[in-house]
Parts: sequence; structure tokens; C-alpha cells
Amino acid sequence: MTAVEEFSRGPLEGLIVCPVCDATYQLQRPKNGEQAVCVRCHKVLIAPRRKAGMQIIAVAVAVVVLIIAASLFPFLQISAAGRTNAVSILDAALSFTQGPMLVLALLTAGFIIFVPLLRMLLTLYVLVPVVLDKPPARHAIRAFRVSEAMRPWSMAEIFALGCAVALVKVADLATVSFGPAFWMFGVLVVLVIVQDSFMCKWSVWNSLEHPKKR
Amino acid sequence: MVGMEFSGTPQKTVTAREAGLVACTRCARAWPIGTEACGRCGARLVSRDVNSLQRVWALWLVGLMCYVPANTYPMLRTQQLFSVDESTIIGGAVELAHYGAFGIATIILVASVVIPLGKFWAIAFLALSVGKKGGFPSSRRLLMYEVVEYIGRWSMIDIFVVAILSALVQLQGLAAITPGPAAFFFALSVIFTMLSAQAFDPRMIWDAQATDEKARDHG
Repeated sequence: MTAVEEFSRGPLEGLIVCPVCDATYQLQRPKNGEQAVCVRCHKVLIAPRRKAGMQIIAVAVAVVVLIIAASLFPFLQISAAGRTNAVSILDAALSFTQGPMLVLALLTAGFIIFVPLLRMLLTLYVLVPVVLDKPPARHAIRAFRVSEAMRPWSMAEIFALGCAVALVKVADLATVSFGPAFWMFGVLVVLVIVQDSFMCKWSVWNSLEHPKKR
Repeated sequence: MVGMEFSGTPQKTVTAREAGLVACTRCARAWPIGTEACGRCGARLVSRDVNSLQRVWALWLVGLMCYVPANTYPMLRTQQLFSVDESTIIGGAVELAHYGAFGIATIILVASVVIPLGKFWAIAFLALSVGKKGGFPSSRRLLMYEVVEYIGRWSMIDIFVVAILSALVQLQGLAAITPGPAAFFFALSVIFTMLSAQAFDPRMIWDAQATDEKARDHG
């Protein structure tokens, strides 16, 4: 029996297809901590971790708190010749205010505050019932879809590097001091990156399809 | 790491299309060919998104068109006591290098000039090489696609620098920085090239190679 016949005859549920190169495999679930990798293009297909769900939830709650706090508290402050100016992240995002620049302000605020925040909230909405062995929340599938679609538009880490560049540019113009939000934002960036490495998309889709057997 | 290998011949990969299946690119589930939407995650199913190339080119062109004014208009307008200074992206980087901040000048130049231009070239190359036989190996082209996907977002850094600077440097009468029109066009250019790269269907990279191999097997 050729591989092609084998694939079309067996249950389709037992197959996994690499989304990057279309190579088809019989599903073999790796052990926790191991990865299933596409032989042809080396895309990581499944990467389960022990207690990943609980860790992701914990990190997501922390990130939500940090985003809200970091966007309201003072972020950076400069002073020169007795004049000072302190800004929050929200101020920085909304600094484009004239005419078409307003669109840019909304986009910037979206990329660094609202998209990361919304992604974390959606992740919580999807994962909390799954981790507690309850049936998935209503529209959980749509929620996870939106959350994944927003992944490339969440740019907190890029903003962090932008801060570093801006600080060097300002350094010879005025004295810069850091507000509490600056440090919160630093922690937040690390957590967002950790979060992305814990998340195994395939495992989430699979548990949404089969809520009971995990 | 365990390789996902199917029982039988391990060297030769079988694509979903060859097996009479269509794959969901979002959740990796297989469905019989002709299925319209994924039963697991609801994504629209297409075996090969051939029309995607038109979308790639359209978005690519808009991105390129926005990139021109992004470089000719001023990015930053700096007011200091009695002088007003307007600088473009490249002008700003050159100025930084004059002050001796070579590291930062390099970051700015790489993020706003090298990466965007490299991206335009790479997307065009990928879209043109689809369906061409021989030439560049698929694994190399895939690497290029992944680099473009990963690195494209980082061009936004210049926009964020402008945002931080113009919010922060507002010292009444002493110094003030305001964003120039280039910031608007630059952001649009980054967004459109990101969309263009996302519209590309990487599965097409492998099809030409697969036909090559088949020709070799039969010949």
C-alpha cells in the first residue's frame, strides 16, 4: 500500500499537515518537552509542555495587570534648564495628533497596548475552561483565531528597543529619568516572549476539538 | 526532537494535495479535497492559494509607493530655541553618526533602509520564483520567507522612536520635537509590506521542486 492510499483511507483525524510546505504525516504526539518537526521544512508542528496551560494563564494574568499599570503610570521624564516633562506610554502612543497623524496615533496605541492586551484576554478566555477540564467557552474557536491573527501585530518588544534608541537620541539634549512604568514595561516584554514560547497552537486547537480527552 | 514521519517510505514526503486532501494552514488538520472550510477552526481551505500572488503584488506595490515619500519628507522636526531643524530618515542617521553615535545610527539605518529594501527585494524574488523550475533550492527560499516574516515587524522601530521623542521632548520654549509626514508614510509602508508577506502562500515554494523530482524519477 503506498503512502498516498494509506492517507486517504485512514481517518483524517489521525493526520497532520505542515502548514508551511503541505507535507502530510501520520499524527504522532511527542512527549512533553519534545517537539514534532516537519521533516521537509523543519517547521515545529507540535511542542507540548507539561502544565503549559496553567503557566500560560498565570503569565497572561500578569501581563494584563502590567499592561494596564504600565500605560497609566509615568514612563519617562526629561528635564533641561529647569523644565520637565513626564509622559506615560499612552502619551507616547498618542503623540501623533494632527490630521492624518491621528490614524498613526491609533495604530501605534494599538500595536503596543491594545493588541497585546486583547491577545492576553482572548488567551485567558480560551484557555481557562480548557485547563479546568470544562467544555470550551462560547465562540472559543473564533476567539483563538482572532488572537492568533493578531500575533504579528503585537509589537511591545519592538517598542522596547525603540525606547533604547530614543533615549540615546535625547541624552545630549536633556536629562532622562525612568518612571515606574518603564520597569513594568521591561518585565512585560520578557513575559510576552516567554508566553509565545510556551504556547503550542496545535495542542490548543486539538483540545478545543476534543474537550474531554486531553 | 522527534521527526514527524509516516510509516512506509520515510525519505519521500507526500503532500496533502497528492494524497487528495486539503490542509488547514491555521490548525494543520487534513480534510478531503474540495472541503470549503475547516471543521475544526473555521478557516477557509484552499489547496494552493494561486490568487494570493495578485494580492502579494498589489500590497507590495502600495508598500513601495509609500516608501518613497517616507524617505523624501522629513521624519522629525526639532525646534531648539531659535533654530528649526527638519531631518529625513537617512539625514537623521547621518547626523547621529556625526555626533559619534554609530551604534544607534546603524540600528536606524538597518531598521529603516536595509530591512525595508531587502524585504521588497525578497518578496518580489519569492513571488517571481514560484512555479519556476530548478534554480534556487526550496529550503533556501523558505529560509528567506521566514526571515522576511520575522524581521518585517522590526521596521516599526523608527515609528516608535519618533512617537517617544515627540511625546517626551516638549519643553516649552526650550526644545520641541514633532513628527513629520514621513512617519505616516513609513508606517503605512511597513504595514503594507507585512500584509504582502502574509498574503504569500509558502506551500507554493515547494511545488516546483516536487515536479522537478518527479521528472527526475521518471526520466
